[in-house]
Amino acid sequence: MTNDKIALQLQPKEYKSAVKPVWCPGCGDFGVLGALTKALAGLKIQPEDAAVISGIGCSSRMPTYLSTYGFHGVHGRALAVATGLKVARPDLTVIATGGDGDGFSIGGNHFLHTCRRNPDLTYIVMDNQVYGMTKGQASPTTEPNWERAKLTPSGTGINPFQPLAIALASGANFIARCSSSDSNGTARVLMEAIRHPGFSMVQVLSPCVTFRPEQREWKRSLIPAPEDMQRTPDPAEAARLLMTDEGVYTGILYVGDRPVYQPKLKSEIDNIATLDEEFRL
Amino acid sequence: MRFQSLSIALTGSGGSGVMTTGSLLLEAAGRAGWYGFMARSAGPQIRGGEAAAVLRIASEPIESHDDSFDLVLAIDPGSLARFLAEIPLRSDSLIISDAEGGRRGDSLPDTPARVIDLPMKGLAKTVQAGRPNMIALGALTKVIGLPLAPMLEILEKILKSKGADALESSWNCVQEGYEAGAELPVLDGPLVNTDISADRWSLTGNEAAGLGAVRGGIRFVAGYPITPATELLEWLAGTLPKVGGVLVQAEDELASVNQIIGASFGGTPALTATSGPGLALMTESIGLSVCSEVPVVIIDVMRCGPSTGIATKSEQSDLDIALHGLHGDAPHLVLAPTSVTDCLFTTQWSVHLAESLQTAAIVLSDQSLGQSKAIVERPADVSFMARRVVPETFAGEYQRYAISESGVSPMSIPGQAGGQYTADGLEHNQAGTPSSLPEDHYSQLEKRQRKIHAFEFGQHWADLEGSGETAVITWGATTGPVREALSRLRERGENVRLIAVRLLSPERPADMAAALAGVKRLLVVEQSHSRQFHRYLRSAYDLHPAVKVFNRPGPLPFRPNEIIEQLHNWGQAD
Repeated sequence: MTNDKIALQLQPKEYKSAVKPVWCPGCGDFGVLGALTKALAGLKIQPEDAAVISGIGCSSRMPTYLSTYGFHGVHGRALAVATGLKVARPDLTVIATGGDGDGFSIGGNHFLHTCRRNPDLTYIVMDNQVYGMTKGQASPTTEPNWERAKLTPSGTGINPFQPLAIALASGANFIARCSSSDSNGTARVLMEAIRHPGFSMVQVLSPCVTFRPEQREWKRSLIPAPEDMQRTPDPAEAARLLMTDEGVYTGILYVGDRPVYQPKLKSEIDNIATLDEEFRL
Repeated sequence: MRFQSLSIALTGSGGSGVMTTGSLLLEAAGRAGWYGFMARSAGPQIRGGEAAAVLRIASEPIESHDDSFDLVLAIDPGSLARFLAEIPLRSDSLIISDAEGGRRGDSLPDTPARVIDLPMKGLAKTVQAGRPNMIALGALTKVIGLPLAPMLEILEKILKSKGADALESSWNCVQEGYEAGAELPVLDGPLVNTDISADRWSLTGNEAAGLGAVRGGIRFVAGYPITPATELLEWLAGTLPKVGGVLVQAEDELASVNQIIGASFGGTPALTATSGPGLALMTESIGLSVCSEVPVVIIDVMRCGPSTGIATKSEQSDLDIALHGLHGDAPHLVLAPTSVTDCLFTTQWSVHLAESLQTAAIVLSDQSLGQSKAIVERPADVSFMARRVVPETFAGEYQRYAISESGVSPMSIPGQAGGQYTADGLEHNQAGTPSSLPEDHYSQLEKRQRKIHAFEFGQHWADLEGSGETAVITWGATTGPVREALSRLRERGENVRLIAVRLLSPERPADMAAALAGVKRLLVVEQSHSRQFHRYLRSAYDLHPAVKVFNRPGPLPFRPNEIIEQLHNWGQAD
């Protein structure tokens, strides 16, 4: 459907829908919404040729606020929906969005296997280390001694999940970390992530100003990784960086070239009645 | 003249090749102009353990086991014991076994049947690379009066890929067994009505369902291995690429169902196949398909439950979860094939209905249909295809979930400019924007219910046969033995109606009332311990006749004479 169309240059705001976000004032996700619209405009992807897929949570509301096609499904399954869509419709730009609970806890298995399968998707995880929509429970990326959740009043005592190291180990083809406060920088990373073949994993640290107000400090504490450490094609180098930077480096931290998962969808037979032959005695 | 048939069971320890032997015998009989089917019974072992191929060969197409077995071939004597409950024997039944087969000290269990020894193991040793099961095949060919020529044709076809040596040794064994079979009693074979020019097919219920799916337009399948649905997925994996489709092996059933929802959202008709445990995992997202109005088809090849249950054996006990397993008010379709061949029709129709009504369709097949191979007349072509209502132009703001008279709203496909919307499992307004307003919830619930309940399903909702004041109502694989029981009664001049329900949800009150008009006694037959079908009938329909229930759990199949007995001894408790 897209072949003979002239790509119009739209403004970022034309990728926004008329629906007002449910997010709290000051939520980092506004910055990600802005970055994503800039990236889509920058790549001249027409709104009807993109589909943004999500599960459940604050950041999973993203598709509704865009003028692209969208799918807002159940908790944890965004990557499965996105994989089915991309495999069946390789002509579309498919982007999955969600949070740390949706992606790494209830959806953890899909995260591992989508990295491993390597379909040409971009996955944007807005990580705020808390379940916001259910009002402040610890998530897989929460520090073990965070004691402000009523569900785990003494902290979880559990080491946080390392999304990017796990993405690397599982086979993700492009790995980046961004700060939602740097909307333009995030937009530039997203443009590369969308363009890069295979599964692109982008963690955007996106503060929850309501339940984790201390995350406003991320604006200062997150720093770009040294240029010579960015875009490494060497998984061992990337692993060293991801395991030692304490989560503060932003930028493109790994760029791989694994084969993309995309079965061919070309018919081998002209007439479906040919299938009858195998049953005929 | 009543049709003739022969019931044969082949038992052996795992790896002894009884399934291959049974399959070859069945297909050769088909070549020779007969009909029949073969069910598989096995324990959970991958290798080792016992297996039984349970065949019935007949002069006409059949869908049911008979009341008892004419012939048992136990390749080793020890293997028969665990299948005795599934293989009823008479005093004139014949058991052929090999005293030297199997492990030392193993012996045949006590049965009323005659026993004849055939040294299959010994004879196999006289042939280069010979195997006892091929000796058995030759002996059976002789005993049931099957000519050797069609057997050679089938051997050539099946063993083509294994090379000339394998074919030669098998053929030598078959000939050796055939000669040895001359010493054995000859059974009266079903040698009537053998029109070899008829277009006969050999297929399993799982293959039939797969073909129905592809004919209906399914081009994307995601699935996770599970007995007894795996062969359905495997057939589709091999077939879909030929027609421009694809099968993805998913990481779990949660992924399977969500992948097909994604593909279908993109405009590609999509399906998954599973069994009870997988269906249980999928239910949350089947509700998503209903709420977001993205059509999908889920085939559940049922097995004994609950939990892991008996993974290799059949039961009709997923009816409750298929009908009522979704949370919230989630109207959807539930259908069930009534025979191996009908797996094709019912699946194809389900694809058509799910796509037309933009909802989820659950198809309840079961192990006894899915893994049974039948020799049948070529199934009729039907025209049901996936045909989704898609908007052609967009004027003003597109309303994906517009309230329409039929309840179906045109569904745009990604790539269509002006048709952008967000499909949502959150309750939404007509445009698709999330909404918690009571009026939006009510109008969308109404719309999703109306499109299913107001649809004209036509005659295929049930198979209705016969007349009279007594009726048997059943569904799924149980239809086979009921149909044969009623056909036997008809030959004796007793008219009993059959109501085999294919469309289980939505209910069809007017159609059911018409089907039950004039019925005074209604026998419900189902393979479920807690009478799920009976409870369903009570809740969905006004049952005015006197009702009797004949139910039992799997895995034992129903036999025609049991159903006749239930009808004749109406007043007696079962």
